[in-house]
Amino acid sequence: MKNRMNRNTAPEITNTSELPLELKTCRTFRLNNGAEVYLFEGGSQEVLSLDWVFDAGNCFEQKNLVSAATNFLLKCGTKDMNAFEINETFENYGAFLKRDNRSEKATITLHTLNRHLDHLLPTMQKIIYESVFPEQELDLYRQNSLQQLRINLKKGDFVANRLIDVCIFGEQHPYGRYSTEEAYNAITREDCLAHYDKYYKQGSFKIFGAGLLPANIEELLNRYFGQQPFTSNKPDTSIYTLKPSAERVHRITNDDTSVQGAIRLARPFTNRHDPDFPGVMVLNNIFGGYFGSRLMSNIREDKGYTYGIYSYLQNQVHQSAWMVSTEAGRDVCEATIAEVYKEMELLQNDLVDDEELLLVRNYMAGQLLSDLDGPFQLIGRWKTYIINGLGLDYFNNYVNILKTITPGEIRELARKYLNKDEFYEMVVV
Amino acid sequence: MIHFEKHTLTNGLKVIVHEDNTTPMAVVNVMYDVGSKDENPQQTGFAHLFEHLMFGGSVNIPDYDEPLQVAGGENNAYTTSDITNYYCSLPAKNLETAFWLESDRMLSLAFGEKSLEVQRKVVCEEFKEHYINKPYGDVWHKLKEMAYKVHPYQWMTIGKELSHVENARLEDVKNFFFKHYRPLNAVLVVAGNVKTAEVFQLAQKWFGDIEPGEKYNRNLPQEPVQQEERRQIIHADVPANAFYKCWHMSNRLNKRYYADDLITEILNGGQSSRLHQALIKEKKLFSRIECHHSGTTDPGLLTIEGKLAKGVSPETAEQAIEEELDKVKQQAVPEKELQKVKNKTESLIAFEDISITNRAGSLAFYEVLGDASLMNTEPEKYEQVTAEELMEECRNVFRPENSSTLYYLSAQNGNGQ
Repeated sequence: MKNRMNRNTAPEITNTSELPLELKTCRTFRLNNGAEVYLFEGGSQEVLSLDWVFDAGNCFEQKNLVSAATNFLLKCGTKDMNAFEINETFENYGAFLKRDNRSEKATITLHTLNRHLDHLLPTMQKIIYESVFPEQELDLYRQNSLQQLRINLKKGDFVANRLIDVCIFGEQHPYGRYSTEEAYNAITREDCLAHYDKYYKQGSFKIFGAGLLPANIEELLNRYFGQQPFTSNKPDTSIYTLKPSAERVHRITNDDTSVQGAIRLARPFTNRHDPDFPGVMVLNNIFGGYFGSRLMSNIREDKGYTYGIYSYLQNQVHQSAWMVSTEAGRDVCEATIAEVYKEMELLQNDLVDDEELLLVRNYMAGQLLSDLDGPFQLIGRWKTYIINGLGLDYFNNYVNILKTITPGEIRELARKYLNKDEFYEMVVV
Repeated sequence: MIHFEKHTLTNGLKVIVHEDNTTPMAVVNVMYDVGSKDENPQQTGFAHLFEHLMFGGSVNIPDYDEPLQVAGGENNAYTTSDITNYYCSLPAKNLETAFWLESDRMLSLAFGEKSLEVQRKVVCEEFKEHYINKPYGDVWHKLKEMAYKVHPYQWMTIGKELSHVENARLEDVKNFFFKHYRPLNAVLVVAGNVKTAEVFQLAQKWFGDIEPGEKYNRNLPQEPVQQEERRQIIHADVPANAFYKCWHMSNRLNKRYYADDLITEILNGGQSSRLHQALIKEKKLFSRIECHHSGTTDPGLLTIEGKLAKGVSPETAEQAIEEELDKVKQQAVPEKELQKVKNKTESLIAFEDISITNRAGSLAFYEVLGDASLMNTEPEKYEQVTAEELMEECRNVFRPENSSTLYYLSAQNGNGQ
């Protein structure tokens, strides 16, 4: 076959990392009760999303699982609507109401065609101010969660995820706590009501919205969510005391017939306010953060030990952990771990060459460009920043470090953080 | 409404462009009209294994991923029983890099022995991770084999068994490539911040001189109409009893497909839907229940599956499902409920189309089905379905002799504790 053009040579490219990368600011205002609102308007589809983010996550709970149960049961009954009526209200308009409970924040998210928003906000208001937590709904939640827990406990990856967090943070820490049969059985309706009263009904929240928003959005949000006064809730910092595992290395047999092992290697890491954080994002990317990473190239693409291996920084506010995660063939688990440590050592000993660094810079800049594309993406980024107490200067600093970090600086970070002895090892078969 | 322009190169490659100048990105999507249904029954899992090999270097470019990443791009791929799809997204300024990479691997792969050896292992680990090392992981292997006796939909995309993947030879790989991965069997969609005329020029430049290949004439054995009820019981080491039942449904291009799709929504499209309300909330027979369909090009399967609440027998659970099915067979769904599921469908499509990657993938999919413009007529097809048609379709689908039922029971404890 004859080709007119030279297929051996790549076409000219623009280095994405040399493009200006700007984070647009969003529209922001406060409701009458002081609640902050952040909005990004635009988009090509006739849709919008709204997030109500409450300071109501599990760092506030008095008893394990109460914040998760409360968040789940928000859709299960108000003073004058039962669960079916609430769900029908949203579903009749083709809208989606989701809730999510994390360590610090608990969220309720509404996705809807924008023309239906007016019909849905009154019910949103009832959920936030008039939920009643019917006993039979709690019982059903408990029964179904218990069964799901028993199923999940058969999965090595689920067990490994729980246990590695316990290793790093300790069982009482909000990031290390996990669900048990006893904890589900101990939740009462009163626990949920108390959590709800303090952290939702009278608790602090922020609203994040995106899409084609109605012109009177400010007035609408004020009418339904701006009238009730609230108190600001902050977690007691003493709960964040680390109680890490005394043993570094753990091997657990969960299911003797298992053909794979769930491998987790992790070390504690500070948070986004640490000056090392942006540089570590770059180092992590090289190490195991994308498909072309060192870990993936070696352990999947060269050795075929696994379908995938990644490293990442956990997404928590107060404290993060640096995690390597994979499911590998049972007979190659130890070999996989040895290769992970080899890759750490290489990053500590050798400088990353210019070619790889340019690739990673461009790749990460391309990701960023795509992450800044459109109102839904933009509000997602701003939400993360606001929740973590960060702003535009954090973004600009990150972009600057991404563009300018040197191989020497990357090696310094590897020497500081990628030390084998500081990583907990967990293998669950 | 998704605007696009279409042009066919002389080698048969169909090129579709969808401009959206609000994004800085471009998406290049190549869909091949080949899926696991096109596999030899003795070599299942091949279309998917092949998808992995497409990243192992092409005739002039040793590595696909690296140059794309240097250009700030990212890619992925997936295989279904009907199609194989490759897509990448990159800053629109670097669009030509994607043309260079995609056209070279359509020209020819490198066919390296090492790549085959490694990807065989990787796919075996994928098989283990998703289908062996999970409670209930083998259920779809069983169900498909029950429902399809003749049609190749009887095996999973990952393959019927590990040995088929383990035994793949380089010679088979080459044959598969030159049979299916030709311009005549492909659709190229470019979407995002691009200019239509420029894209057509680039398509001609990079893909224009690739040999067209021979048109693959698909001649799949069609599944005969099922005549008898099929049932199976499996005992396994799982913590809870589970129930699965599937029925043959319409093919994708039939008008009946839209009724089938809406039926799954009526039955279990949300927390106000019938099965959720009756079986989880009121009767408390299930802890989870789902209703979905495969939506395949040839007639697919409509499935109801669920985990039984503690102490509930599968017979009781099945009886309760049948009672709900009797209702949709005997009484037309109220207009308000029908409107509810139509509204949801409208909303789902709108949210899906936010992403240009999704828009590009959909255009390619509909073009493989026959015509990209089908994408724009979908909403009205849903809108046209009447309550009577829905009831008629329920009577047509939910017949015992059209069904396969699987009880997946906990071997630890007869009550599914």
